[in-house]
Amino acid sequence: MATFGALGEFKSPADLYAACERVRDAGYTRWDAHSPFPVHGLDGAMGMRRSRLPWIILVFALGGAATGFALQTWVHKVAYPLIISGKPYFAWPAYIPITFELGVLGGSVAAVLGMLGLNQLPRHHHPLFEAARFARFSDDAFFISIESADPRFDASATPRLLSGVGATHVELVEDGS
Amino acid sequence: MPPIDQNDRYDPVAGRPTLILGGHDFHAITDIVARPLEGKTPFAWWLVFLPSLALLGLLGVAVSWLFWEGIGVWGLNVPVGWAWDITNFVFWVGIGHAGTLISAILFLFRQKWRTSINRSAEAMTIFAVMCALIFPGIHVGRVWVAYFMFPIPNQMGMWPNFRSPLLWDVFAVSIYGTVSALFWYVGLIPDLATMRDRAKTTLRQRVYGFFALGWRGSNRHWQHYEVAYLTLAGLATPLVLSVHSIVSMDFAVSQIPGWHTTIFPPYFVAGAIFSGFAMVITLMVICRSAFGLKDIITLRHFDYMAKIILVTGTMVGYAYGMEFFIAWYSGNPYEMFTFINRATGPYAWAYWTMISCNVISPQVFWFKKARTSIPILFVMSIFVNIGMWFERFVIIVTSLHRDFLPSSWSYFRPTVWDVSCLLGSFGLFFTMFCLFVRFLPMVATAEVKTVLPQADPHAHPPPERTPLGELLTNPGGH
Repeated sequence: MATFGALGEFKSPADLYAACERVRDAGYTRWDAHSPFPVHGLDGAMGMRRSRLPWIILVFALGGAATGFALQTWVHKVAYPLIISGKPYFAWPAYIPITFELGVLGGSVAAVLGMLGLNQLPRHHHPLFEAARFARFSDDAFFISIESADPRFDASATPRLLSGVGATHVELVEDGS
Repeated sequence: MPPIDQNDRYDPVAGRPTLILGGHDFHAITDIVARPLEGKTPFAWWLVFLPSLALLGLLGVAVSWLFWEGIGVWGLNVPVGWAWDITNFVFWVGIGHAGTLISAILFLFRQKWRTSINRSAEAMTIFAVMCALIFPGIHVGRVWVAYFMFPIPNQMGMWPNFRSPLLWDVFAVSIYGTVSALFWYVGLIPDLATMRDRAKTTLRQRVYGFFALGWRGSNRHWQHYEVAYLTLAGLATPLVLSVHSIVSMDFAVSQIPGWHTTIFPPYFVAGAIFSGFAMVITLMVICRSAFGLKDIITLRHFDYMAKIILVTGTMVGYAYGMEFFIAWYSGNPYEMFTFINRATGPYAWAYWTMISCNVISPQVFWFKKARTSIPILFVMSIFVNIGMWFERFVIIVTSLHRDFLPSSWSYFRPTVWDVSCLLGSFGLFFTMFCLFVRFLPMVATAEVKTVLPQADPHAHPPPERTPLGELLTNPGGH
């Protein structure tokens, strides 16, 4: 069985933060931090770029709004032109509420599905779940995992780096698949 | 991690008293929240659940009878074509608004105290919207053609009228329900992972695990997650304000004196938040003592919520006054008659119930003693909800029962089926809420942990550093 990577455990957000800065500075790229809650500023400590998600949301929100406006215009101008309470067929101010609502719907659905897509979730099986201690990430433990696919990964030096930056427990995780 | 040793009342980072009392560490927070889901079902839970389920059954009977017989089973008559049905609809939609205010608007304003109550308030929103959506669905009479409300291509080539506020309402409320459910679920994902990882049985592990989507707390995931959460909050904020504005336009766009007024959108939104916070207080007073959450949902949270009730209650009181002023200032005799009739006519009892509950009683919240007294909070929260139900009843029924033509004047009396539908909707709400507190973490643990002082990565001085060069003596493959 191949090695998935090294997993180091830290005891506090402060330790995790300090360790992330140093793993980043050591030049690793395929690695990750795991915490029960988002640790403030950790994105910078890991040297991550900004999320692309806002652009996806913007496109779908505008798309939803445009669809809403086009649907209403088409229905009242083309498909079913009826004068009701004296309003013109193209009564655009009256189309605004539904245009807005559909924009919100498009943006919200894109936010959720886009987040899951960028995160490649759902993924119910992952090598890290094989490590017994890892289950505590969702309670009170903090971890750094460095993948063996990282060009700088070394089965003896990488775990040593993790202990050196403050990990209280370090192990190699097998890739069970 | 050891509990933080400072005095709990002082947060060394923010320089303020801590929001969560008891000096708990991360693990203790997980335990407090997860324990009620893992133990045996408490007897008291059945005492609430079974009556709620019985009322839900009553709703089933009432709605079936309504479908069989038609809306004549309600006490509606010719000028009063809308009464308890739409009152219940507006009442329940309004209740929902506090949940979104807490989860979205307070999030944008960085009000960290929201983390203790946002999960249950959002659940309240979703269940309230479910209750609300029943009423416009069943009040149409011929429910089998309720699909006419949606733009579904059909063989008749017929489309809904998008220029009507009633159709805006269909879109606003259903999208509001959808977005609230999405927001709630996104918030739940990390906590479902916690429940999965604590599970003692395979069934629990599978079910929580399925919905946790394989969440592994990765910071690369948290990044997109936080963006998604922030954007949902940003989208839900104008959405929630639009929803009750549109609900108010169901009335304001008509030409009935008492409905046709431009103050309705802000007045309805303030009233919605007012009633919703009252419902949050009712539920939280019960939950915090029933499930041992007193360190998480503290008197300080109630203090803040009571202040919001005082503010929004006073805004609603201002709107009541302003309606009278505008009726007089308009010089329109029909408008003036409607308002004088509202306060002194056959429904004066309902009007003054509304004024006492909504405007007079919340004034006790000027006093901190009242804002931090659980019995007073509980009683006031019930008063506010009674008052807000009556507000919608007063607006709808008093404006309708005096038609332009005096020969059609009438008086609305509810029938047993009106009462059954209202009680039944409470049955649905409390049944859902009971299931929620039994099976899902009712506090957003991942969010509560972020407001503990030790969650700040700069809370403690950084550890002693070994120079990086020494650690990289064997830099591997290069």
